[in-house]
Formats: sequence, C-alpha cells, structure tokens
Amino acid sequence: MAKGKVTFNQDICKGCGLCVSVCPTNILAMDEKAINRKGYHPATVVEPENCIGCANCAMMCPDLVITVERM
Amino acid sequence: MAVVFQKTRGLTDVETHYCPGCTHGIIHRLVGEVLEELGVLDEAIGVAPVGCSVLAYNYFNCDMSEAAHGRAPAVATGIKRLLPENVVFTYQGDGDLASIGTAEIVHAAHRSENITTIFVNNAIYGMTGGQMAPTTMIGQRTTTSPYGRDAATTGMPIKISEMLAQVPGATFVERVAVNTPGNVRKAKKAIKRAFELQLAGKGFGIIEVLSTCPTNWGLDPVKALRWLEDNLMVYYPLGNFRDYQEVENA
Ligand SMILES: Cc1ncc(C[n+]2csc(CCOP(=O)(O)OP(=O)(O)O)c2C)c(N)n1
Ligand code: SF4
Ligand code: SF4
Ligand code: SF4
Repeated sequence: MAKGKVTFNQDICKGCGLCVSVCPTNILAMDEKAINRKGYHPATVVEPENCIGCANCAMMCPDLVITVERM
Repeated sequence: MAVVFQKTRGLTDVETHYCPGCTHGIIHRLVGEVLEELGVLDEAIGVAPVGCSVLAYNYFNCDMSEAAHGRAPAVATGIKRLLPENVVFTYQGDGDLASIGTAEIVHAAHRSENITTIFVNNAIYGMTGGQMAPTTMIGQRTTTSPYGRDAATTGMPIKISEMLAQVPGATFVERVAVNTPGNVRKAKKAIKRAFELQLAGKGFGIIEVLSTCPTNWGLDPVKALRWLEDNLMVYYPLGNFRDYQEVENA
C-alpha cells in the first residue's frame, strides 16, 4: 500500500523534468507518448504504489502541477 | 489520505509565461504560500519589476503595482508610507535591482523602509535575451560577453547581500537558493521571517534567491540547477547576513 499519492494537472505541465530529477524513489517520468495542450510531454507517475508522499516533486515544480497526499 | 501539498491561494490560476523549468515559478509560489500562511493576502501589495517577472502582477493573488526599471523600492516606499498597515514587497531580478536600480535599493535599505524585497539573482538579463548582468560569473558567456566575463574590464560580480549587510538600516539580509527541495524549504523560512519582521515594524528586509535561467544559460532545466550549485553557490555563499536581534545589539 502506497504511503503517498501524487496527482498531476498535466494540462499545465511544461515538461521541464525537475520533478523527475528529485524523486527519491524514481517513480516519475516524462510521458513521451502524450503531448499536452501546451505542446509538451507532461510528467507522470509510473509506479504510484511506491510513492512515499515526501512532496519533493511538488517542491521543485515551478508550475504548480502536482498535488501530494499522504497517509 | 490527507493533502500535504496543493497550489497556494497566494497565486492566481493564470498560467505563467516563464520558460520550462525556470525557477522564477518556485519563488513566486514561496512568496504566495508565505502571504497565505501569514493571513495577509488581503493586505499585501507587491511591486513588480522590469525583467522576466514584469508580469508578476498577473500571478500574485494580491494587489500589485508595476514600477519602472529598478525603481520598485522607490514605488514600494511611497505605497508603504501612505498605507503603513499594508504588507508591501518588491520582486526584482538582478538586472533590475543590481544594475539600473542599485541606488534605489541601497537607499531604501539605508532609510530602513519597512518593506520586504525578493531579489531573484539568476546572473543574467533574462527578458532581453541573455546579456551580462553585474552578477554574471567571471568566465560566463552571455550575448554581451561572448568570450566570457572578464574582471579586468567589467570588475567582479557584485555581492548585493554582503553589501547591504553593511547598511545600518538593513534589518534582515539572507541569501538562499532554490536548487534542491531542501533549499526550497529553507528559502521559504527566510522569506517568512522577513515578512514577519515587516509585520512587527522592524524595517527593511531582503532575501536574495539564487535562481536559474535555463534558456539564456543554454542548459536544460536539470543541468541549470547543477550549474547554479557548482558556480553561483560557490561565489555567492548561502546564509544569513543580518537578522533583527543583531541589528538591535549593534
Ligand atoms: C530604462 C530601461 N532600460 C533598459 C530596459 C531593458 N531591460 C528590460 S528587462 C532588463 C533586464 C532584466 O534582467 P533581470 O532584472 O536580471 O531579470 P530577469 O529577466 O533575468 O528575470 C533590461 C535591461 C528597460 N526596459 N528599461
Ligand atoms: S511525493 Fe516524493 S515519492 Fe511521491 S512522486 Fe513526489 S517525489 Fe516521488
Ligand atoms: S516539475 Fe512541474 S512542470 Fe516540470 S515536468 Fe514536473 S510537473 Fe511538469
Ligand atoms: S528567460 Fe530565463 S529568467 Fe526569463 S523566463 Fe526564461 S528561463 Fe526564466
């Protein structure tokens, strides 16, 4: 059971990758198959079950894309 | 599950024009969160600069004014003196504050105006296409220093925090960075402390925030964070240079 949960508002993601680079459990990635309305590959969570809810990703997101919940 | 992080009410829902990965967005968020947590969004008045953050008035969810290049501290002085009950801040880049606006910031600090300045140092003029700023690193290539900044012709990068820490009226001076989640959290603490001192009427406070400009540095956003750490943080050490107690005891 995951300790945390992240939700991405992908429409407003600018594809910068800062969140991916600071996730301690390496569960984030750029979704190379999707293109959002801004024209970027948005970030996404690939292993949601391993999220620890640390909010590092949200701390580094310049565009307030991410909401973090914790148990 | 409980929400531990969500968008602050301190910012509007307008999507910013900042480049992908530009840390201006992180700094906006920290200021918005602090204003929200202190419960002063209705009393806050920000002054936006000229530079990439010229449109900051669209993003902060409080009253905002725009100032001519470098003159935000002068505009903020007028606002605060007329409306002393309001919480007044400036948000300025290094081209704005450390070049054309040097006189305004030094004298606002000297008069100990009861305002808070957020000083975003990204070592370059972002908005105008990456020209050299007074804060540009020695050897850093910019459009106006294509062979790298040379100290012999342009002097050394200006250290605003160290300089303002010598001004008796500067009540709070701290340099922070937004290159890691830990440093972002520390940056928020410093911003909060400066606003708390303003609320207590203690005079001028400035937080210098080392920030990235991936576009004009020619680096991807993640590499730009590393460049900040390996270059800016070496020449511009993080830390508190002045706090209220110290000013009292002096
Ligand atoms: C009086 C005047 N001189 C010059 C300019 C051109 N100008 C616009 S922004 C800028 C520098 C901005 O750099 P900085 O403050 O570092 O902000 P950044 O864009 O990097 O966030 C300059 C020189 C201007 N708008 N007004
Ligand atoms: S909250 Fe922490 S563990 Fe979960 S995705 Fe974000 S950085 Fe990774
Ligand atoms: S940090 Fe934010 S804007 Fe950048 S890729 Fe991650 S979610 Fe998107
Ligand atoms: S030009 Fe530089 S400072 Fe301006 S928005 Fe782009 S990355 Fe940020």
